[in-house]
Amino acid sequence: MAETNGDKAAGQALKEKLGQIGGKVQDSQTWTAIFRPGSIFRKGYTDSPRNRSYVIMNSVLYHLHPVKVKRHAVKVSYTLCLGGLSFFLFIFLTVTGIFLMFFYRPTAAQAWDDIQTLQTAVGFGLLVRNMHRWGAHLMVLTVFLHMARVFYHGAYKPPREFNWVIGVILLTLTLLLSFTGYLLPWDQLALWAVTVGTNMMGYTPVFGEQVRFVLLGGVEIGTDTLLRWYTLHVLMLPFVLIIFLAIHFWRVRKDGGISGPL
Amino acid sequence: MVEIPEHLRKRAEAARAKAEAAKGGSATSETKETETVADTPSETPSSGDEKIPAHLLDRGVPAGNQPSISEPSDVPPAQSGPQAGQGPDGHNQRLLTVVKAGSIQDVKTTPTDKVHVWPHLLIAEFLAALAITLFTTLFSIVVNAPLLELADFNRTPNPSKAPWYFLGLQELLTMFHPMVAGVTIPGMGIFLLIMAPFIDKNPSNKPEHRKFAISLMTVHLMFWAVLVMIGSFFRGPGFNFVFPWEGGLFFEL
Repeated sequence: MAETNGDKAAGQALKEKLGQIGGKVQDSQTWTAIFRPGSIFRKGYTDSPRNRSYVIMNSVLYHLHPVKVKRHAVKVSYTLCLGGLSFFLFIFLTVTGIFLMFFYRPTAAQAWDDIQTLQTAVGFGLLVRNMHRWGAHLMVLTVFLHMARVFYHGAYKPPREFNWVIGVILLTLTLLLSFTGYLLPWDQLALWAVTVGTNMMGYTPVFGEQVRFVLLGGVEIGTDTLLRWYTLHVLMLPFVLIIFLAIHFWRVRKDGGISGPL
Repeated sequence: MVEIPEHLRKRAEAARAKAEAAKGGSATSETKETETVADTPSETPSSGDEKIPAHLLDRGVPAGNQPSISEPSDVPPAQSGPQAGQGPDGHNQRLLTVVKAGSIQDVKTTPTDKVHVWPHLLIAEFLAALAITLFTTLFSIVVNAPLLELADFNRTPNPSKAPWYFLGLQELLTMFHPMVAGVTIPGMGIFLLIMAPFIDKNPSNKPEHRKFAISLMTVHLMFWAVLVMIGSFFRGPGFNFVFPWEGGLFFEL
């Protein structure tokens, strides 16, 4: 009995000590420099409508989400989370893609060997490559399904018609990102899938030959094509995609939040 | 003299009767009041006006003087001139009419039912992200991404297939000239998708009001899905038609 009381007292003392340290940290200049006035990390969080607003309002999340949304907008059965999942997969693919870039050189002589080495000799190399590939296929799927969802809800109607246009551009960019990534392993699958694809683009009226030349960086697929598509895949297309994503998200809010209810 | 609308006149009369009854009731008896009240209901315009003090509804009288006044209200306002300025703080106010908000304001936006993004939306998003991360990771542990032999320009695999999302186009290639299958049809497809909100002028988003749009989209999506399926699973060497359970599967993701 006495011992448990002693334990309690010790626990109490420890709690007080921790509270003091916590208070000191929260009062320090570093802490207050990082967290804005009103941030829940500065004044603590107890569940109240005001604090629920502060979570969004005093953090970077405010760029993405408003403080409140229509009740039906949080129903998973309405959106199926498809747009959000597409965005999350984009981040997921960026992270895994950066990992892959450490081990990959985009030349015809080295690309395939690098991937072989990545899979056999690099810790988690095989797993991360798998995640990147399956994530990419999944993203094509979620973006496509997101478009279908938006169509079936009639969510492209005024005032959201411009955001629909941006969405179609994003879908095209997603397909291009996936297609440019397809070449990079430089195996038989990559080479011939891209051959089939670029042959089709060569039939563009009037400019066919030129389009194909620009895309391939030559008259035939080769090491120049690889470098070109690598640059498109890791830098240019993501850059363009992010710009359109920013407009897309901004317009969702400006056009009055997500559509509906039906 | 300005004509007083019928219902306002009735209301004023009823209120006056009530005020008089109250005044007399305090002096004489309770029964008189109940009688007067029993008379009035047919003349009382609506129950919503009960919150307004009865004496304020008396149109002919300055507000400050009302409780003590018992003359009939057909005394025109001009005649009550000498009493002007005798209200509270020297003001001379009276209630002209009661206008309910709904009758003059055109309320277009109905207040919407809203919830906080934290926690309602953020938790759902977090769980969705967690679920898809888990799914992708588990799937990646079980299934390896394909890595065939080194690219070789001298050995064309048979069949050579595009990535799965382009297999619909490759399927079209068996039916049309490459320019039609590879450029015109996908180009038109993207163009029509972009134009959808400008072509579809139907303002409703209810499925029962847009049967045509929904049917059209479904037919096209199904058409496309079938083409992709055929291209993926039913095309063998030479891109000839095979049943996957007979000729084998020629498909890499």
